Amino acid sequence: MTIATDQSKTKAEVKTEQWMRMYRRMVMIREFEQQVNELYTRALMPGLAHLYIGEEAVAVGICEALRRDDYITSTHRGHGHCVAKGASPDRMFAELLGKEAGYCRGKGGSMHIADPATGNLGANAIVGGSAGIATGAALSSKRLGTGKVAVCFFGEGALGQGVLYEVMNLAALWRLPVIYVCENNLYTEYTHYSETTAGDILARGTAFGVQAESVDGQDVRAVYATAHRLVERARKGEGPAFLVCETYRYTGHHVGDINREYYRSKQEEQEWKTKRDPIKNFSQWLVEQKFSDQGKLKQIQEEVRAEMKAAVEFAIAAPYPAVDQVDQDVYA
Amino acid sequence: MPEVATRELTFAQAVREALAEEMRRDSRVCIFGEDVAEAGTPFKVLSGLVEEFGAERVMDTPISEAGFTGMGVGAAMTGLRPVVDIMFGDFLTLTMDQMVNQAAKVHYMSGGTWKVPMVLRTTLGATRRSAAQHSQSLHAWLSHVPGLKVVMPSTPYDAKGLLKTAIRDENPVVFFEDKMMYKLQGPVPEEEYTIPLGVADVKREGEDITIVATSSMVQVALGAAELLEKIGVSAEVIDPRTTWPLDERTLIESAKKTSRAMVVDEGYGRYGVTGEIAAVIAEGAFFSLEAPVKRMGAMHVPIPFSPPLEDVTVPTEQTVFEAARALCGKA
Repeated sequence: MTIATDQSKTKAEVKTEQWMRMYRRMVMIREFEQQVNELYTRALMPGLAHLYIGEEAVAVGICEALRRDDYITSTHRGHGHCVAKGASPDRMFAELLGKEAGYCRGKGGSMHIADPATGNLGANAIVGGSAGIATGAALSSKRLGTGKVAVCFFGEGALGQGVLYEVMNLAALWRLPVIYVCENNLYTEYTHYSETTAGDILARGTAFGVQAESVDGQDVRAVYATAHRLVERARKGEGPAFLVCETYRYTGHHVGDINREYYRSKQEEQEWKTKRDPIKNFSQWLVEQKFSDQGKLKQIQEEVRAEMKAAVEFAIAAPYPAVDQVDQDVYA
Repeated sequence: MPEVATRELTFAQAVREALAEEMRRDSRVCIFGEDVAEAGTPFKVLSGLVEEFGAERVMDTPISEAGFTGMGVGAAMTGLRPVVDIMFGDFLTLTMDQMVNQAAKVHYMSGGTWKVPMVLRTTLGATRRSAAQHSQSLHAWLSHVPGLKVVMPSTPYDAKGLLKTAIRDENPVVFFEDKMMYKLQGPVPEEEYTIPLGVADVKREGEDITIVATSSMVQVALGAAELLEKIGVSAEVIDPRTTWPLDERTLIESAKKTSRAMVVDEGYGRYGVTGEIAAVIAEGAFFSLEAPVKRMGAMHVPIPFSPPLEDVTVPTEQTVFEAARALCGKA
């Protein structure tokens, strides 16, 4: 999140702070998801859990380019987007466990976290379901002159949904400040995207005159730099963009998707984890460039791990909503 | 009561006046849909609005019902008060994910933090010779979904007052206009007024039978009531005006008073609005009823094109009259 900078700080100090903030956020997402995995496998978490592990650089790189009041819409694999936009892990865990203290007072769950304070219009469990909402938020921004940008996160599976192209067309016609961020993690559930996606992905944007680019989604610096440029372009009224981030989902479609050999090899998974891990590669770069050292990075990991454990404990101890809340909030 | 200046307006003029007044009152109100600007829609309901409010607030969209309805949801969440225009109610099928999974659920799923103050205006009604994909009355679908409100005005007066309320409501409201009623005339006061959602209106008082009717079926029921009068049956005609919220008390009280009830609605009878309202009356007035509650809806067929075929698919003054007469044992 871009924060007002202290004038007394040097440019280098500001940059260091930013890189370390991004590092911490990526570690937060990974640790958050490790805790989710554990909660789920210990049968403490009801429902479904779709982990974002492996894709951390996308959410963090994009959200680093946003203001706190810019809008995002998220997906069923949305925990990373919420954390990157500034959501608090304790209230997120509380939501995942269906507790009153959760972001949606327990009514939304893992796939529907929403938070007006961080511009999070909500995670959506209909694939491509938030394309209209994000584009509508961009319309509000333009009409009301608020200067806000809307980012619509979706996986490459959503490329099969027609509504995405309806709103891209409209966003281009009306020059709306919206960025369509396609997280191509290669698998639409249990099927490789090449089996479901004809033609060229970027051409889907350029066909509408939408600025279309792709970026290595495992490189948080590249994601941030590209997002920053596209977001500022949109904020200036120069129109929407379509950004494809090439990434990888380390775990299954959901936590229960354990035996994956029928759709992808262990060797493929291993290669991404060892060669293209976004956190490992960024750590290495931070040390090489002397923005940090191994000791400091380890300390951050430990701090984050402790924070996540405390957040989980908070959520486990938090009460469920009273049953009489069931018919509240149906209508405003 | 002081004299109130009243003019005659058509149903279409009443709708347009409601929109214009709300757009003057609140700069956040905007309209988007297909051919809503210079064309003023094929029904000319919106003529003149783009001239007064400009293309920034009256926006022509591509033919992308799902896309622009979804944008209505997002725009409503973030500070605008969109009135989304879906030209024919049949095209609601294209908006269903946006209305059912998004608009209706955003407030609840977010634990009450986000709101969706949008209106979706659309049409219903057969007998326009438009065949199966431009003639349906699908309001039951939307009435089925928690989180939505559904409005079905039957007069110019109600259309204006209910639409103004719908625009001010903090929830997604679906507003159904029978396209066969746009030229219907009726009194509409010059003065500002609104009508709350969820309050039924007794359109005609009577003693022997309650006819609950919605939208254009209210006019049909009133015609049937005239015919019933001639054979000595006094019919009470009640218009719930909104299928949700539903003014159950008024319906039940009337049925208790008359001891006979029938429900007339242009949607399909099976699993439809007539079934729901009949159940409400049966549950609430059972011990006062002298006959089973009668339901009359559209025939369970796709609406045919050929005029003599189409005309028999929906209730008419004559069929409602005959059913009411039979229910009252006057066959």
